[in-house]
Amino acid sequence: MARKRTTITMEVTRFRPGEDSEPTLQSYEVPLRKEWAVLDGLNHIKDHLDGTLSYRWSCRMGICGSCGMTVNGKPQLSCATFLVDYAPGPVRVEPLRNFPVIRDLVVDISDFMTKLPKVKPWLIHEGETPEGEFLQTPQEMDEYKKYSMCINCMLCYSACPVYALEPEFLGPAAIALGQRYNLDSRDDGDRRDVLASAEGVWACTFVGECSTACPKGVDPAGAIQRYKLTAAVAALKDFLLPRGARR
Amino acid sequence: MSRRRSPEPLVWLLFSGGGMAAALLVPVLLFLFGLAFPLGWLPTPDHAHLLALVEHPVTKLVLFGLSVLALFHWAHRFRYTLYDGLKLKAASTLIAVVCYGAAAAGSVVAGTVLLLA
Repeated sequence: MARKRTTITMEVTRFRPGEDSEPTLQSYEVPLRKEWAVLDGLNHIKDHLDGTLSYRWSCRMGICGSCGMTVNGKPQLSCATFLVDYAPGPVRVEPLRNFPVIRDLVVDISDFMTKLPKVKPWLIHEGETPEGEFLQTPQEMDEYKKYSMCINCMLCYSACPVYALEPEFLGPAAIALGQRYNLDSRDDGDRRDVLASAEGVWACTFVGECSTACPKGVDPAGAIQRYKLTAAVAALKDFLLPRGARR
Repeated sequence: MSRRRSPEPLVWLLFSGGGMAAALLVPVLLFLFGLAFPLGWLPTPDHAHLLALVEHPVTKLVLFGLSVLALFHWAHRFRYTLYDGLKLKAASTLIAVVCYGAAAAGSVVAGTVLLLA
């Protein structure tokens, strides 16, 4: 019987802007264990093989959204992607696509951080605030719950071909989060000027890769298409109805 | 209002309506007239019956609506295929005029054919 493989090769992107002319792949041999995620492999490299490797991580359980990377060409959370699924290897680990690289696997997310507050991702309430809790039925919560699961990991931006071509595009996660508050029964906010702009939902061509990449089942593509209908109906109303009858 | 006025909502409504109408109606029409009638799976209606059906104003309206929506669906999708697939965004105005212009011309042809039928 052939001896079971006990290690796997990880090919990891190394890059220091300003020092290296271009990113290179460096190979490391790490233990192949059933319970080890790609992130455990990276931690093994950092702790035992090469302390100069840089990458982001925090919670190790798919909540913090820090450890998004390109694993064998696909955007993945490295804590939720297991080495055994890539055996016998090698498994290639690269930084998230569509973002500038700061070092090795660490990307610059400031573009997303600038766009996110533009959709006003918080409850905007008009009128009196109720005393005590603001009640909501389970049906009202179901309307937006899916979109509230976003962990801002940016795998959807990495997967989106429109964002790759048009960096101005507001992007899947930001629009889905705007929709999360639009669909909340406690919210009266108006996000139309941002969401219904040329850089908002109308830039999306419904490729759908964002929803495939999302590790939390948010379905940003669905959120965008739903908002397109809302925005198109509102635009028709603007065109057809007198000013007083709108809304 | 600072919002930039854009025809995008209108063309998107035509696109999405066209996708829906084509997906629901075209397969049925193709199945009936492309397979079921020629292959004798279903009893074939005679020419006079079909002609009477097509000459009815409601049938003409439905066929015209389907043609227009399907053409604008094509125009919108083809426009973005040229923009993103072939990276021709620099010629965006020309592409939009050609695509939606072709759909409008096709709609006129469809209307004329149906009116003369």
